[in-house]
Amino acid sequence: MKIHKYDTVIVGAGGAGMRAAIESTKRSRTAVLTKLYPTRSHTGAAQGGMAAALANVEEDNWEWHTFDTIKGGDYLVDQDAAEILAKEAIDAVLDLEKMGLPFGRTPAGEIDQRRFGGHSRNHGEAPVRRACYSGDRTGHMILQTLYQNCIKEGVEFFNEFYVLDQLLVEEDGVKKSAGVVAYELATGEIHVFQSKSVIYASGGTGKFFKVTSNAHTLTGDGQAACYRRGLPLEDMEFFQFHPTGIWRMGILLTEGARGEGGILRNKDGERFMEKYAPVMKDLASRDVVSRSIYTEIREGRGCGPEGDHVYLDLTHLPPEQLDAKLPDITEFARTYLGIEPYTDPIPIQPTAHYAMGGIPTNVQGEVLSDNTTVVPGLYAAGEVACVSVHGANRLGTNSLLDINVFGKRAGIAAAEYAHTADYIELPENPAAQVQAQVENLLSATGTERVAVIRKELQETMDANVMVFRTEQTIKTAVEKIGELRERYRNVSVQDKGKRFNTDLLEAIELGNLLDLAEVMAVSALARKESRGGHYREDYPNRDDVNFMRHTMAYREVADGGKDSIRLDYKPVVQTRYQPMERKY
Amino acid sequence: MATPTLDKADTAGAPEPGFADSPYITVTFRIRRFNPEISEEATWEDFQLEIDPKERVLDGLHKIKWEVDGSLTFRRSCAHGICGSDAMRINGKNRLACKTLIKDINPSKPITIEAIKGLTVQKDLVVDMEPFFQAYRDVMPFLITKGNEPTRERLQSPEDRERFDDTTKCILCAACTSSCPVFWNDGQYFGPAAIVNAHRFIFDSRDEAGEQRLEILNDKDGVWRCRTTFNCTDACPRGIEVTKAIQEVKRALITRRF
Repeated sequence: MKIHKYDTVIVGAGGAGMRAAIESTKRSRTAVLTKLYPTRSHTGAAQGGMAAALANVEEDNWEWHTFDTIKGGDYLVDQDAAEILAKEAIDAVLDLEKMGLPFGRTPAGEIDQRRFGGHSRNHGEAPVRRACYSGDRTGHMILQTLYQNCIKEGVEFFNEFYVLDQLLVEEDGVKKSAGVVAYELATGEIHVFQSKSVIYASGGTGKFFKVTSNAHTLTGDGQAACYRRGLPLEDMEFFQFHPTGIWRMGILLTEGARGEGGILRNKDGERFMEKYAPVMKDLASRDVVSRSIYTEIREGRGCGPEGDHVYLDLTHLPPEQLDAKLPDITEFARTYLGIEPYTDPIPIQPTAHYAMGGIPTNVQGEVLSDNTTVVPGLYAAGEVACVSVHGANRLGTNSLLDINVFGKRAGIAAAEYAHTADYIELPENPAAQVQAQVENLLSATGTERVAVIRKELQETMDANVMVFRTEQTIKTAVEKIGELRERYRNVSVQDKGKRFNTDLLEAIELGNLLDLAEVMAVSALARKESRGGHYREDYPNRDDVNFMRHTMAYREVADGGKDSIRLDYKPVVQTRYQPMERKY
Repeated sequence: MATPTLDKADTAGAPEPGFADSPYITVTFRIRRFNPEISEEATWEDFQLEIDPKERVLDGLHKIKWEVDGSLTFRRSCAHGICGSDAMRINGKNRLACKTLIKDINPSKPITIEAIKGLTVQKDLVVDMEPFFQAYRDVMPFLITKGNEPTRERLQSPEDRERFDDTTKCILCAACTSSCPVFWNDGQYFGPAAIVNAHRFIFDSRDEAGEQRLEILNDKDGVWRCRTTFNCTDACPRGIEVTKAIQEVKRALITRRF
């Protein structure tokens, strides 16, 4: 075991982690621990754009953006946070441009902007061009630009270091962060990083679904590390299903395709979104479009022999426009489906895409241990966190924005805290829990296989807690997850070595997915209403009287070691926008 | 093959029963295995699997790892050609395993899969990427400007933006660099990927350090080592015209115009 000492430790090197690192490295001695090489993060898979009311191509202002974000989130958004997001969006985009990001340009040489779902002029009048983009690889360009600037700033990376435990120490009745414990993939060695502050920026949890746009590596590692140490997870029942994933594979096809004029059609060739969202049509918010697609499929208007998908039609758009604005996604259609998007519509289905919920933070990125108490020295930003700027449903282009605005805020706040704070003394045997976890898995001889349990988990999640949910389906999922968690205790790995043991890594990741899936299902069961991405067929309406509140899920451990989930609730911050019925 | 092979046909996953018209075919993956914890020698190992030929090579590798041999080790993340983790040598050619469909690489014969060349193999298909990223860092891959920052964005015409569009697509997968015979023979050569990323800034109208980058690439280990074999262009999973970019850098070095 090795012990390292840094002012600030950042867990994860995607957009939020690297944006934070650029700030914290200027201000404090910073280490970035990342499971993957920095440019491998899933920020790079984001395509369509990053929202900011630059008003470069038409009238726009950040107040409209704030409203769209709150409405898009079905009023579960904390409105003070949404205001910060929209207001600071403009500088966030300009910061990236100054760092070198090659945005698409207008004829006048300014940053060009395109339409995107849920973004409107003047509180819902019509779609507005607010998304700043770089072809259909905006996330790729953000990730590359941030990595380039990390090199410029001399950010210190620990590549392929997998953080498995968050060290919390109680002082005067307050839980404080003392550092993290990480497993070095290349050697199998365990490292303790003692630090004054820790920022989680480790991304989402989408791999508990089968059809997902998420990378194999998105397994909720940061959420799980905090949750197991008794910290709450907020709004985990809210998961976004992106309307246009490649049929069966789930690979993302950007909403920018519809922003550029693409149309969704059912088997009769009908532009069905006109029925569900007369104003915004194909550019309604994602939850609305995904439900509409499944409604078409359920009512027998799906495409293909099984009637299990619909089409994204780009055939009326000029090939030059597709080549210039959507080169990557048209290439995906050719590579993975053998389809030419110039002439043929692309089969799509909704795909599990984004966790609105996560580790609760305030607008400075400080992690909360209950509804109001800050954990000194602990921060989170990006998809791992829940500020909450996305509420019950995130608007497209607001996640690339979130990582930049709140990544920067967390980076500054954590580094400044490190200047004022002292190191917290490490607990005795700080690596004990991780050592036990690793040794147990390596020495286990059980008959259960990781891949089998993971597949069953993904299947139950797709079948029971996806776009449509009922009490019965969620209960089925809860029961199945409970069974899988039992079976997981009997799991073993074949690779017993120390060197690049990805067999062990996948086993640990599965443990995280199982815990988080349970939190998601239990939170969903208790929310007897429909709001944003959480749609209960047995409670099809939004219920502001009983459920205008954030879910806070805590892990409780009984004396015998058996764990359970306790749910609590937190009020939503409302400033200027009263909840209204949501129409697009 | 001179090295011994191990046939695991009996334990490979069988197709799901009940399909009269099964899309599955039987494919042999012949994988170069290396694990210094077990042996200093690398060996070829054969795995037979039943798989839909429309699936990716990565799906086949997962099938082996998840159903047959958990110790098979490779990097991967996004699984659709964006993150750059899974460049490997497939049937002698550098490709991304997640962007290569089995049907497109003649599955009637064994498909050979080995680590990319020119970088030290650490285990199975995992190589040490550090020298690759060091070459990238050496070309100063970040925007360098002089004077005061403008309050709004720097202006750039669509034409100036288009000038370096191709080289912004790079995902740092190392498929190009590790396909280059010059790099195989001399690891000191910057390699195509680093030059591509230098190109991305040299030809960016906003950047003001083109001369410095050109001097770096004028080094004995710089662009002049390129022998225009076009391996890099063929290998690039993003379709970047790598050799052309290198030629443009060479021309800029001669004319000092960019």
